[in-house]
Amino acid sequence: MSYLIIGNSAAGIGAVEGIREVDTEGEITLISDEPYHSYSRPLISYYLAGKVEEEGMKYRPDDFYEQHQVKTKLGKKVVSVNEAEQQVTLESGEQLEYQQLLLATGGTPFIPPIKEADKKNIYTFIKLDEAKEIASKVEELQLERAVILGAGLIGLKAAEALRQLGVEVTVIELANQVLSAILDEEAAALVQQHLEEQGIEFIFEDTIEEFLGIAEVEGVKLKSGKELRSQLAIIAVGVRPNVELATGTEIEIEQGIVVNQKQQTNIEGIYAAGDVCQGPNPLQNENTVVPIWPNAYNQGLIAGKNMAGESAEYQQNFPRNSIGFFGLSMITAGLIKPEDDSYELLISKCEESKCYQKIVLKDNQIVGFIRLNDVDRAGILTGLLKEGADISKVKSELLSDSFGYISFDEEWRQAKISE
Amino acid sequence: MSLNYRCPEFLVERVESNCIECQACERQCANEVHFYDQDFEKMRAKDENCVNCHRCVVICPTNAIGIRKHPSEYKENHNWTAGMINNIQKQAESGGVLLSGMGNPTKKKIYWDHLLLNASQVTNPSIDPLREPMELKTFLGRKPSKLEFDEEEQIKDLPPQLELSAPIMFGAMSFGSISINACKSLARAASEVGIIYNTGEGGLHEDLRQYGENTMVQVASGRFGVNQDYLEAGAGIEIKIGQGAKPGIGGHLPGEKVGPEVSKTRMIPEGTDALSPAPHHDIYSIEDLRQLIYALKEATDYQKPVSVKISAVHNSAAIASGIATAGADIITIDGYRGGTGAAPTMIRDNVGIPIELALAAVDDRLREEGLRNQVSLVVSGSVRNSADVVKAIALGADAVYIASAALISLGCHMCQSCYTGKCNWGIATQEPELVKRLNPEVGFERAKNLIEGWAHEIKEMLGGMGINALESLRGNRLMLRGIDLTDRELEILGVKLAGE
Amino acid sequence: MKRIYAKEEYCLGCKLCEVYCVTSHSASKDIIKAHKLESITPRLIIESSDNLSFALQCRHCDEADCTRACITGAMQKDEETGVVNYDEERCVGCWTCIMACSFGVIRREQAGKKVIAKCDLCIEEEAPACVTNCPNDALVLAERAEEEGVQ
Ligand SMILES: Cc1cc2nc3c(=O)[nH]c(=O)nc-3n(C[C@H](O)[C@H](O)[C@H](O)COP(=O)(O)OP(=O)(O)OC[C@H]3O[C@@H](n4cnc5c(N)ncnc54)[C@H](O)[C@@H]3O)c2cc1C
Ligand code: SF4
Ligand code: SF4
Ligand code: SF4
Repeated sequence: MSYLIIGNSAAGIGAVEGIREVDTEGEITLISDEPYHSYSRPLISYYLAGKVEEEGMKYRPDDFYEQHQVKTKLGKKVVSVNEAEQQVTLESGEQLEYQQLLLATGGTPFIPPIKEADKKNIYTFIKLDEAKEIASKVEELQLERAVILGAGLIGLKAAEALRQLGVEVTVIELANQVLSAILDEEAAALVQQHLEEQGIEFIFEDTIEEFLGIAEVEGVKLKSGKELRSQLAIIAVGVRPNVELATGTEIEIEQGIVVNQKQQTNIEGIYAAGDVCQGPNPLQNENTVVPIWPNAYNQGLIAGKNMAGESAEYQQNFPRNSIGFFGLSMITAGLIKPEDDSYELLISKCEESKCYQKIVLKDNQIVGFIRLNDVDRAGILTGLLKEGADISKVKSELLSDSFGYISFDEEWRQAKISE
Repeated sequence: MSLNYRCPEFLVERVESNCIECQACERQCANEVHFYDQDFEKMRAKDENCVNCHRCVVICPTNAIGIRKHPSEYKENHNWTAGMINNIQKQAESGGVLLSGMGNPTKKKIYWDHLLLNASQVTNPSIDPLREPMELKTFLGRKPSKLEFDEEEQIKDLPPQLELSAPIMFGAMSFGSISINACKSLARAASEVGIIYNTGEGGLHEDLRQYGENTMVQVASGRFGVNQDYLEAGAGIEIKIGQGAKPGIGGHLPGEKVGPEVSKTRMIPEGTDALSPAPHHDIYSIEDLRQLIYALKEATDYQKPVSVKISAVHNSAAIASGIATAGADIITIDGYRGGTGAAPTMIRDNVGIPIELALAAVDDRLREEGLRNQVSLVVSGSVRNSADVVKAIALGADAVYIASAALISLGCHMCQSCYTGKCNWGIATQEPELVKRLNPEVGFERAKNLIEGWAHEIKEMLGGMGINALESLRGNRLMLRGIDLTDRELEILGVKLAGE
Repeated sequence: MKRIYAKEEYCLGCKLCEVYCVTSHSASKDIIKAHKLESITPRLIIESSDNLSFALQCRHCDEADCTRACITGAMQKDEETGVVNYDEERCVGCWTCIMACSFGVIRREQAGKKVIAKCDLCIEEEAPACVTNCPNDALVLAERAEEEGVQ
């Protein structure tokens, strides 16, 4: 069997490991346009802040490809896929055949239409190369002020890193809260307060209309008319599945490449995993793109196993995030802003210590939760959510400090522990 | 009365340089002695609550704790000892009966310690038990006066016997007075080493039924848990008339200890006091006793030996002779140092006689009357080590019961607070969070080790005497010599003075 | 593989497992120094209520959610020993594994670096310190729970 994997990140590596669990012989080729050993994308903000070195970002040991007998083509871009001929073409013109193909091409940053966006020192922030460039710009410009468009996860991570380097940062956000995808308003307010205490400024319900400056950015003009001085800008308003290679082929695309629980696309022998795909979401009964690292790895792993002939299904395609800013940690998962009152909410809050807990229940099942500044043992909730466990017997304890395995009856507990 | 006139008995000492404030001591002391003081950031202790059970001492991972006798002393007085004074203060406070747990601790002569064993030199060679077979097997029950064999060379009409791999049994301790985990530990140990444990008067818990072959079921004046099924569940039946720690009085298990399990096992309502009357209300004579013995035999088809247990009192010899003629297969005599879960202190410390003297007297009397073969003789009441066992056998016992020693093997540190129900070792308690401190897996192993260790030692002592079967030692008082004993004592014990 | 199982019916809640876990993961390996001079986070969790308590350690899952979630690759399952362990140098303290572990047995290191602390089965010792030192044999290291009579 010959396998071709496009993408050398979480999903791609997951697939290599999945394949090798089943098939130790088959030929694996892995291509990525990034010229690096597989690295941890979330660490680019740590890199920017100077908390990790490039060497420390490696997602797997140096001899990973060798150990797993993977032929790599790093720094090579795939320009097209010919699903009928079962081959792909590289930018160099080189053509490669495959029997099983995995598209693990991740996401591309969405760039909203902004006037004068062709100036220098305007970045997106999803690649190591970008982090490197921004890092050297910070030094080169003795950067004092930066604006960031988007108060999502990536935008705020970038803001934190720059702030830690001593830069004055203003975050501009169209919504009225930070992290609107993973926090409700109350939790967001606490996080915002914390970030403000660290010197980050926010402007909500506004967006950049135009970049100011001659060749290099010198400022931004907002939709509200406000103008801000800034020597560097980062656009982080979202990441879209990088479906480029599938476009124009028979592969089904909605927002992302549509896959089933086995990570198969509609075309036999072609799989997709990670940020590029749109798979069945057990919480919503529909296909969604869930662009998070654990998902990417797991989907890759499942895809790999299926590609190698074992049957495996992924049941965990739901959002869950663990993230922190300036020491304030949060873990959130599932549905956190229920749209109607068929949901039950359990909430506890302690404003002084910036703790906030919210659990969203539907029919006595956990469908979402937020744990802000109180992340210990949050995985127990993730587990219950994943399982769709009936929590009616422990409902009164879900928010308590002592909530744990002890809250359940012995039978349940022993069954879990002995699994 | 706000002021407690008593001085604390113990002082809790903590080596601060060792204490890591893990608070294990705090969590393990049911008497709430230790506590962590937030302000001092240190562990402290309420000395006055300490009963010196050593639980904290043993559990402390850094050996930071020592419990000492409290240094404050009463003015020296051999008559008004600290114990006497404290007792009076207690009663002046409570107006009640003084209660104690475990056996008589007073300073009275312990005859075992005045008996010495013999060993072979030159003329009759000693035997090495590691090289040569050594028989400790013991059968308890009525022995026929003469042996007749059937065609298959089996003894004809042999009355039922209890078979023991060593002459030691675990004494009667009821479920109720001790925890279910203590019961399980002893029952399983008995079954693994091939001896017998005794249910005491508390009935038989379901979980213990599997050890039936190694069980002596007891029938006491309260008749708790007694029915046909119970009688058939064990290997033998024991009628309890008296107990060494409290001769002449009954028993009382307070209602707090009668939880659902105890209630089920004893067949009494939950939360009610379990009262054992002082006498059996159907026994006022040897004839009455005979009726009960035969009722029990009848009920079990003459398949189980029946034992009668009495406490060692002044006329034990005459009573024993009566019991033998009444048809008992085994007589158990419990000496005045015998243990208890709870007894009035005055009775425990002042009523009854030493087991050594009672045993010698009973054995003599039964021999004189030609009854000795009709009954086996079991003694108890502070058999503390294997040498005590050997001395008991030489004095004439067939086997011994051990209870305190068995509990010590399970962790008991002899703080004698059993009656409080707060045994920190999970033994003499019914509180679930204390009971679980005794893991029967651990307990059974320890109790088993004890019996095995003693059995080894007994073999060594026998070998030393040039004897290769315990049977040859029974009643062989020539193997004993007395030391520091008066002529009268030697006469009663039937032994010569060392040097004779 | 062998895992640690708690016999909760015999757990005393004395927390000595924690004390010995800390000692075993200290630099000094000396119980007093470990507690007085170092600051070590226990690798296990003790859950307790009025009369129930038990220690819970990493299950070293065959299909470990934490290793699969870890964003840096710091958390790995050793193929030979089966032990799920983390590389302290590579862990950045993002707590993604805490989010993923449904047993809730991954802790945050309480002092020093922002990294996690979790059971490594005392892989460098002969046996896990908690198991060896449990005063009531309430912790066992066994292939499967049933083998050791854990209900
Ligand atoms: C700053 C930042 C912080 C983040 N933090 C977190 C976090 O804390 N937790 C979390 O769960 N998630 C986080 N994420 C999201 C997480 O990084 C992604 O979900 C994950 O990287 C997706 O992995 P993937 O393998 O699907 O794709 P990607 O990581 O996007 O990798 C796709 C790879 O494919 C390559 N590729 C694409 N097209 C081609 C082509 N045509 N030819 C060759 N190669 C191609 C790309 O260059 C890239 O190397 C973060 C992301 C960013 C940017
Ligand atoms: S158990 Fe020992 S070390 Fe722990 S708090 Fe008590 S005295 Fe200190
Ligand atoms: S009562 Fe026992 S456990 Fe409590 S302090 Fe005294 S010796 Fe220690
Ligand atoms: S906290 Fe450390 S081990 Fe856990 S996921 Fe993050 S980097 Fe990995």
